[in-house]
Amino acid sequence: MSYARRALAIAWKDLAVERRSKETLNALVFFSLLLLFVFQFTLGSDRERLAAVLPGVLWLGFVLSALLALGRTFLVEREHDCWEGLLLAPGDKSAIYLGKLVGNLALMLLVEALVLGLFVVFFDIDLGRALPGLLVVVLLGTLGLAAVGTLFAAMTANIRARELLFPVLLLPVQVPVLLATVKATEGLLQGEPLGAVAHWVKLLVAADTIYVVLSLLTFDVVLEG
Amino acid sequence: MVKTLGWLAGAGLLVGLIMAFGVAPREVTQGNVQRIMYVHVPLILASYVAFGVLAIASVVYLARRHPAADRVAHASGEVGVLFVGLGIATGSIWGKPTWGTWWTWDARLTSVAILFVMYLGYLLLRGTIDDPERAARYCAVLGIVAALDIPLVHFSVYWWRTLHQPPSLMKPGGFTGSTSILWPLLINLLAFVLLYAYFVARRVRLLRSEAEVTA
Repeated sequence: MSYARRALAIAWKDLAVERRSKETLNALVFFSLLLLFVFQFTLGSDRERLAAVLPGVLWLGFVLSALLALGRTFLVEREHDCWEGLLLAPGDKSAIYLGKLVGNLALMLLVEALVLGLFVVFFDIDLGRALPGLLVVVLLGTLGLAAVGTLFAAMTANIRARELLFPVLLLPVQVPVLLATVKATEGLLQGEPLGAVAHWVKLLVAADTIYVVLSLLTFDVVLEG
Repeated sequence: MVKTLGWLAGAGLLVGLIMAFGVAPREVTQGNVQRIMYVHVPLILASYVAFGVLAIASVVYLARRHPAADRVAHASGEVGVLFVGLGIATGSIWGKPTWGTWWTWDARLTSVAILFVMYLGYLLLRGTIDDPERAARYCAVLGIVAALDIPLVHFSVYWWRTLHQPPSLMKPGGFTGSTSILWPLLINLLAFVLLYAYFVARRVRLLRSEAEVTA
């Protein structure tokens, strides 16, 4: 099997498991709905204040659901004793990483689209012309989160206190991605064109490239045993 | 060898302290509080040295798989976190009378704080893995990810906001202050880097003994 097909096989396996069990997806959708309540309760109903913090709150929602989703990346393998099976897959191990990353991206983008929809409905935001630019920012930001998240999920899968350590390791590393996405989203929602936040988009592209390349190079080392 | 390093570091710190109080002039507007700079700046710069060594040792470990490289990375992480923590504390103590606040979310303060939590996470990861070989591998990967993340953190935080006074030592055009400030600062910098080296040497020796005992 070629490299790409092996990666796709992993992604397909994960998505098939998810489609049939809907374990993660159902919980994540419910969780994002709950987040909306929490945001509403803590921020109050002042429209202007809400509009000012909306980009940050939106990404807080994305990040919190991402922490839950990404942390479970290798849970199926661990709980059903398929870890060895994964390791026995022939060829370059980084194909496993790529497959897991694609699966995670698909899941996260689905949840994020839903959260965004809920935000539009509940907080009455007018996406309008901001939508194309916002899609670029969300896509790049999610890739950054998922790239490091998938690598760290593999690292924390087999250690003590993994559900604690995973966010503790991921969040500091993701500060550049968080700042870039929140600031870019803020600009876009204020009606600025994508060109006005180009430096943030460039930073996201640089971050994504570094994270993905580095993860592909080091994933082998993480999976060794 | 290690002992000499310790004595050198100790002597350097003593000379640095004397120079910071004796040679360096009293700052006109800030007063004596400003003298904390002679400890604050070397601490932060020495922690950068520590994290640089950590990154290099991590790469070397992954390439050669020699436990010594991992011990250097381990020790550098611990000393680096200690130094950066003390650096933040001394900066805070200086900031209160000068800026009127213990903490502000200015660009460089934020970058250093992120550095602190990032490497604190590195030490946490080390602490939770029992198998030394696996701890070495995972920490080496994290050490490299963290090192490459630093420029990204720097730029993102810089664009986010900036307020801090520009760097006084390493800036375009070189140092322009008086030499009565420069020398105490450089001596202290040397002393703190020596102190870092001494701590790492002792810690590496201890880690090696630990490994021998458990093996």
